[in-house]
Amino acid sequence: MLSSLNAKAAILSVVMLAVFLLVWEFGNQPPEAKVNLSEYEMLMGGSEPQARVPNPSEIWTLAVDELSHPFYDKGPNDKGIGLQLLYSIKRVMMGYILAALIAIPVGFLIGMSPLMHKAMNPFIQVLKPISPLAWMPLALFILKDSEVSSVFVIFICSIWPMLVNTAFGVGSVKRDWINIARTHELGAIRTAFLVILPAAAPTILTGMRISIGIAWLVIVAAEMLVGGTGIGYYVWNEWNNLDLTAVVFSILMIGLVGMILDFLLAKATQLVQYQE
Amino acid sequence: MTSYFLDAQDITRTFPSPVKGGESLTVLENVYFGVNEGEFVCIIGHSGCGKSTILNILAGLDTATSGAVIMNGKEISGPSLDRGVVFQNYSLLPWMSALKNITFAVHSRWPSWSREKVLAHSMQYIEMVGLKGTEHRKPSQLSGGMRQRVSIARAFAIEPNLLLMDEPFGALDALTRGIIQEELIKIWEQTNQTVFMITHDVDEAILLADRILLMTNGPHARVAESVVIDIPRHRERTEIIHHPHYYPIRNYLVEFLVKRSKELSDPAALNKTRRSEEQAIGMQRYPPEVNPALETTTEARVVTLNNR
Repeated sequence: MLSSLNAKAAILSVVMLAVFLLVWEFGNQPPEAKVNLSEYEMLMGGSEPQARVPNPSEIWTLAVDELSHPFYDKGPNDKGIGLQLLYSIKRVMMGYILAALIAIPVGFLIGMSPLMHKAMNPFIQVLKPISPLAWMPLALFILKDSEVSSVFVIFICSIWPMLVNTAFGVGSVKRDWINIARTHELGAIRTAFLVILPAAAPTILTGMRISIGIAWLVIVAAEMLVGGTGIGYYVWNEWNNLDLTAVVFSILMIGLVGMILDFLLAKATQLVQYQE
Repeated sequence: MTSYFLDAQDITRTFPSPVKGGESLTVLENVYFGVNEGEFVCIIGHSGCGKSTILNILAGLDTATSGAVIMNGKEISGPSLDRGVVFQNYSLLPWMSALKNITFAVHSRWPSWSREKVLAHSMQYIEMVGLKGTEHRKPSQLSGGMRQRVSIARAFAIEPNLLLMDEPFGALDALTRGIIQEELIKIWEQTNQTVFMITHDVDEAILLADRILLMTNGPHARVAESVVIDIPRHRERTEIIHHPHYYPIRNYLVEFLVKRSKELSDPAALNKTRRSEEQAIGMQRYPPEVNPALETTTEARVVTLNNR
């Protein structure tokens, strides 16, 4: 039953995609030239009266071409899409891991101690809603390096969901489980690792999953600002080159990588999930 | 002086009012009782009379507002592996297998033991409760009865000086309950463990206990009497009901729960009976020991007067 449901859903997805692509492809043909082109115009390759969004077939051709050699590097203005994505992923990972290293222990502290919770809550509430890009000028000034600044922006945007979720998960560990730790004289360290961490792990991982999603959203914008390398820069650069085919192609690649990152964190969440 | 192994002296527990300026609630007042080493003692009383509060104080999870509990000559302060606890809701860690739920406790009890020794010791108790073959399952993959078996195995495995059980069979169906009760009797007879157990079930108390403590209704609840169950061991559920002492004891307990627990908690009656009791037992404030099977009138049931 389930597999037939999955099969039906898959067929439906393919049909919807096909219809969408067909409408796009055939609804977006260049207008027929009303007059014969002059010799000059022929020489120039024939000009269209208006710029168009590229057709799926053009994007497909570009995608096949780009993905057949994704890691080439012909100088700052011409790098393979795979290379650009790797730059972005590297920045995201650096900022994200740094954020996790700080957010999880601090979240633990806040979750365990009502005093720390009350003391730190005002700061968290003020800092959390700030758009991460608003930090960019300050980061550029203080850190004096665009690369480090974009890592910092990733750090600052991915720290909050992890911090808040860790604090919540740790704070809402069942009283019964804490009592098990107490009646078995587990001590602070063993209680933290044997009881609280596994109990809060699904909530912490949920926070990490939200964070990676936000980090991937933000890196594109950050790289558009700081430039140089990365998928965000790539999109903006192709826009400046007026290569809309490449823009659409890179948009799709951003979605694909984001999906993979989310999938990995979802799998990790499953690993620590427990059933009561 | 008394020489009880576990000695609760004048325990009072008052909970502050949840509303600021409201009246505080005194759940327990002047609770005295004692438990001897190797004894199986059940405590019964109505819901809300503070049975679980007593157990939490004994476990060290809660602290008495005044009074003290002495175990083995030392005052109880805070939780300890000397006292094992079995709760009604099993209290297993759901991310650990049944075996791991036991080994972590055994490791805590004897940190110097090797991994193999911890494992062998834990497996011995897994086998004792008949769970061999299912030890690698998570609690969610076990039935309620099996989970409670794991919890019991863990409590026995740490070989505590005192085993505390808070309505351990309350959430189980009647059939499973009967089976685990008999297993508990078997394990208890093998280990000679001192047990203090809360129950709602009069028949369960008679089956398991050497003595049953009766609590008056709360608030201001106290232990009113201590009923001796002199039905010989080894007891079987199907056989003890034919023992001549069974129904006198059962009727006495039911009468207490239905009628006297309320009367005794009435403040006016409380003062009167306490005074008369104190006169009768010479200021002895431990609950009088009663054997309903030997005497027939309520007044004459006080057979032994705790004059140790």
